[in-house]
Amino acid sequence: MKIPFDKLDKAFENRLRLQIMSVLVANERYDFNSLKDLLDITDGNLASHLKGLEKEEYILVNKSFLGRKPNTTYQATEKGRKAFIDHLDALEKLIKQQKLI
Amino acid sequence: MKDQNIEDELASIRNLMERSSKFISLSGLSGIMAGVYALIGAAVAYHLIYGSTGFIHTDFEVMAKSDGLSVINLYIRLLTNLVIVAVLVLILAMGTGVFLSYRKAKKRGESLWSPTTRSLLFNSALPLVTGGLFMLIMVTRGYYGIVAPASLIFYGLAVISGSHYTFTDVKYLGILQIILGLIAALYPGYGLIFWALGFGVLHIIYGSIMYFKYDR
Repeated sequence: MKIPFDKLDKAFENRLRLQIMSVLVANERYDFNSLKDLLDITDGNLASHLKGLEKEEYILVNKSFLGRKPNTTYQATEKGRKAFIDHLDALEKLIKQQKLI
Repeated sequence: MKDQNIEDELASIRNLMERSSKFISLSGLSGIMAGVYALIGAAVAYHLIYGSTGFIHTDFEVMAKSDGLSVINLYIRLLTNLVIVAVLVLILAMGTGVFLSYRKAKKRGESLWSPTTRSLLFNSALPLVTGGLFMLIMVTRGYYGIVAPASLIFYGLAVISGSHYTFTDVKYLGILQIILGLIAALYPGYGLIFWALGFGVLHIIYGSIMYFKYDR
């Protein structure tokens, strides 16, 4: 039996990216600092993974200002949502097949 | 990738989705305390309104005469005292709620102030402020009887609207408050009793359920 590893999304290979995506799928939008608090990671680490997801067009970036402070929020695109769900489906299939073996 | 790995991954996703979209630091204990404050407040209000003469026999004209006041002045004094009691109950309940939620969040190593908290506050403040202003307008026009049913109904709406951002169980508390408010509207004159049932007894029952279900 062929195990569908190829169905897994390369963009989600990194665990943090998958975690960021799960937050953005569960919420309409989320801001940078709150994401950082929630995931407990450094600025640079979070920024680089957000860049990666943005490049895949899985998320949209909205930059605005709250008074003088920059406030960047992120939201999942339709494409990102679909990729996330497909990835979860693939994970689920993997578990089922490995239980059969 | 091993089985255990994937299952860990899925568990962490589920945990994050829930933690990021729900305010789970809400403490059941604060519900119980809010109920206790409300009952004490209701007892004080009962004494202010009915004094020692009891629920049935209160005659405001007699009361005014014995205090050497005109009926209008007696009403104004009574209303001021009732508003003070209500505000005290509100401040105590909210203060306890914020304090206990802060403690619960700290114990879990999470921050209390998050986008979810903001959504929760905004969405429940909307019906609350609307109701508050509505009641204020009606009271200035002399419709005192509207306060008990309207505060229960608008509070219920606020709870339901906030429940999307916290435990879903909270929604049933809101529905019960609205039902109680509508019944209170049917029985004018018994407002204080329904108010004590809704803000006091319901909060204590619901807070206990939440406490045993999620806090321990």
